[in-house]
Amino acid sequence: MAAVLQVTVHRGTAGARRAERFEVPSEANQTVLDVVSWIQQNADPTLSYRFACRVGMCGSCAMMVNGVPRWTCRTHVQKVVDRGRNGGRDGGRIEIGPLANLPVIKDLAVDMAPFFDKWVAAGAHHHPTATRADAPSPVRPDSAAREVANAGIECINCAVCYAACDTVAHNPDYLGPAALQRAWTLLNDDRDGGHEAILDAVSGFGGCHNCHSIGSCTLRCPNELDPMTAIAGLKRASARRVWRRG
Amino acid sequence: MLDVRLYLAQRITALLMVPFVLVHLAVIVWAVQGGLTAAEILSRTQGSPFWMLFYGGFVVAASVHGAIGLRVIAHEWLGLRGRVLGGLTLGLGLVLLGLGMRAVIAVVVA
Ligand code: SF4
Ligand code: SF4
Ligand code: FES
Repeated sequence: MAAVLQVTVHRGTAGARRAERFEVPSEANQTVLDVVSWIQQNADPTLSYRFACRVGMCGSCAMMVNGVPRWTCRTHVQKVVDRGRNGGRDGGRIEIGPLANLPVIKDLAVDMAPFFDKWVAAGAHHHPTATRADAPSPVRPDSAAREVANAGIECINCAVCYAACDTVAHNPDYLGPAALQRAWTLLNDDRDGGHEAILDAVSGFGGCHNCHSIGSCTLRCPNELDPMTAIAGLKRASARRVWRRG
Repeated sequence: MLDVRLYLAQRITALLMVPFVLVHLAVIVWAVQGGLTAAEILSRTQGSPFWMLFYGGFVVAASVHGAIGLRVIAHEWLGLRGRVLGGLTLGLGLVLLGLGMRAVIAVVVA
């Protein structure tokens, strides 16, 4: 008999949460998103969840998997399954829930609005300096600032880091690793005209100085980005500015 | 709940405390050689502007540093915010300052 995964899915709306058990056929090459899709297609069509690209590009499929935030479309079940005491002969156990630190809409779908609102609050949006009539400004790929910016630009806005961050959990005003990392990349981008605005935005009571530098964000980022180091850069830059201004 | 100024105040006081702690420990190690009495300690500190400034500075730095650290805990673990949090930060700072200064006065004022 083929192995069967014992899957617990945390469901319901914000006020009425419940855990449901499903038995899902275990496959050799199976992602956590495959498991969720199997449940929705074969067991309960009312299961709500999000995904789009299935190849780790869009950032929409993040969920808690056995208590850890992950991009489910690129997380192999075999790498994260809890095999329990019998060595996983029964297929193992897996617990899937909505992303932490964000309000639940229904089942596995969370409201991403607070996450994106904080990108704006962190000044993490382009502040243009030119119009379409101007020549494109040259970007020197080997300049030191560009290399720093490049290190953080491949963010897919998946909010895995945000769900992993204990500071976000305990300090709801904290802007969080993803927004601050984008603020840092823009601060290192010659084409951005809002460097002072960015430093103002990250220097307030919800800003970069609340980060405890434990690095859960960096540990969990599926794209292997390093928001913790980006935030350390913002702390330095903002502190230096206070110094300069006196 | 730290902005850049509270953050800097906490980091700078931490830096200031490094020499304070080292000198404090070094003096302890040096002073206990051959026994330790209250009279011996007081003979060193009483009426000494150096030790008054040294421990006065130490207490100010520790009060600022400690109050900001407790502020973070009060926000993240007790959920305090706004004016309550601000009042608590200031209150804790003043209590630490008061207790510390009381001790400083006790050992330097003859
Ligand atoms: S290093 Fe900072 S941003 Fe990253 S998880 Fe820790 S507190 Fe959050
Ligand atoms: S920094 Fe990494 S974990 Fe955070 S949103 Fe971007 S890609 Fe996702
Ligand atoms: S579905 Fe697009 S990143 Fe997972």
